[in-house]
Amino acid sequence: MSNEIKVRTILKEHGRLAREVEGLAPDTDLYQAGMTSHASVNVMLALEGEFDIEFPDHMLKRSVFESIASITSAVDELTATAQ
Amino acid sequence: MKRPSVIRETDVVARTAAIAAEVAAKHAATVDAQSRFPHETFAALKAAKLLSAAVPQSHGGAGAGMLELGAQCAALAQGCGSSGMVLAMHHIQVACIARHGLGTPYFDRYLSENIVARQEVIASITSENGTFGDTRSSVCAVAVDGENMSLAKDATTVSYGAHADAQLVTCRRTADAAASDQVLVLFEKGQYTLEQTGTWDTLGMRGTCSPGAKFSGKGRAEQILPGAFADSSAQTMVPYSHILWSALWSGIAADALGRAAEFVRGAARRNPGTMPPNAPHLARANVELQAMRHNWQACAMDFDELTGADDRAAREELGSMAWALKMNQLKMGCSEVAPRLCHEALQIIGILGYKNDTPFSVGRHYRDVLSAALMVSNERIASKSASMLLVYKDA
Ligand SMILES: Cc1cc2nc3c(=O)[nH]c(=O)nc-3n(C[C@H](O)[C@H](O)[C@H](O)COP(=O)(O)OP(=O)(O)OC[C@H]3O[C@@H](n4cnc5c(N)ncnc54)[C@H](O)[C@@H]3O)c2cc1C
Repeated sequence: MSNEIKVRTILKEHGRLAREVEGLAPDTDLYQAGMTSHASVNVMLALEGEFDIEFPDHMLKRSVFESIASITSAVDELTATAQ
Repeated sequence: MKRPSVIRETDVVARTAAIAAEVAAKHAATVDAQSRFPHETFAALKAAKLLSAAVPQSHGGAGAGMLELGAQCAALAQGCGSSGMVLAMHHIQVACIARHGLGTPYFDRYLSENIVARQEVIASITSENGTFGDTRSSVCAVAVDGENMSLAKDATTVSYGAHADAQLVTCRRTADAAASDQVLVLFEKGQYTLEQTGTWDTLGMRGTCSPGAKFSGKGRAEQILPGAFADSSAQTMVPYSHILWSALWSGIAADALGRAAEFVRGAARRNPGTMPPNAPHLARANVELQAMRHNWQACAMDFDELTGADDRAAREELGSMAWALKMNQLKMGCSEVAPRLCHEALQIIGILGYKNDTPFSVGRHYRDVLSAALMVSNERIASKSASMLLVYKDA
């Protein structure tokens, strides 16, 4: 399963979005789609658990979690260095 | 938009301190007793052109950075806490416009004509019935129709709304936007009605005159601040609020402790050679006052340094968890220490501090700073920090 599919599954479960995750483009602004900062923390926790990674503090900023594409590329980067 | 992290000796702070001593302090007791707007103070600030301190020099303002604005709010709050709070809130609104509206004809003109030339005052409507104190969600939505727009909002608390020349209002971007997908909209006097829905008979901050109100306004679409409130909130409204509020609370605490110090000195003069029994108490309280001041000043200098370049990286940094935690910690820390310091001042002074009509009265100070923990509830802030600390490693 590609990282993006897992990211979408986690967003569906924890993002508390106002819209269906299936219908979101990779670059749709998740905050505009209704993700609150509180929900974004749950997304981060679920991603850390799912991929067995830890987001370094410098990645904990809005821009990293603003779209499916930006989250996926952060996860890609962290899973690549973990291997 | 470079803003120096310095306090220029002769300028903004010194002139405000003079108004604090000569005007604000003189009227502070009646403003508090009558729960009325500090008109005299704001007339003086207006005449001295100090209401545009936060406007960049490119637009005719003083271009004061956060450190200087904080010192200005603290200086005014030493004379009158409500006045310091109104000035801080006005600066917060001006900063949102200056940092997010600059470069658009409407907001460029607004800053130079309304704020700098006419020294107008802006109030804020973030609170709303139905959002329970969460500034980052709205029920109401702006309706845009071609070049025009309209908005109605049922607000729980609007400081000096009836005394302001404009209102900066949060709302959802469109009728079908999510609750957190917000924008800021500016309405000028004549474009709105504000129907008071409650009273403002509070423990403290009585001069801010902040009852509930039903807002209804019509304007032009260009009055919607560009970008998302998610960004202007994180990059501007939250840092300006938490730093300037902390600064003014330190000003109130400093005045309370100043009265305690005056009281102790009086006792020492009556009996030279004998240390007044409450003097060590004062020494301990000053430890906390220094920590409180350094807390907001360090955050202000960080902000000035970050925004010195005001590039994309700086704005991203202001949107980071590290920065959000820092702001939350500052707000919680200062709002909790300020009442404690007023309590200490009261213990040092005793009955003359408890009475409302002596030179050593600290009741107003104490009541004013009790609002600090509620003004954006510390419980709400603590639970947001707790949530961030589940992923933030401080490493
Ligand atoms: C002096 C003053 C001036 C103001 N001026 C303005 C103004 O000009 N414009 C404006 O729009 N608003 C203004 N406000 C309102 C302010 O912005 C807040 O909206 C308001 O103070 C919050 O009200 P609340 O206590 O009902 O809110 P809430 O934050 O909903 O808190 C209600 C209660 O719930 C608790 N609580 C909330 N969240 C949590 C949580 N996560 N965990 C545990 N407990 C929680 C709180 O501790 C509190 O007991 C002003 C407030 C004050 C005190």
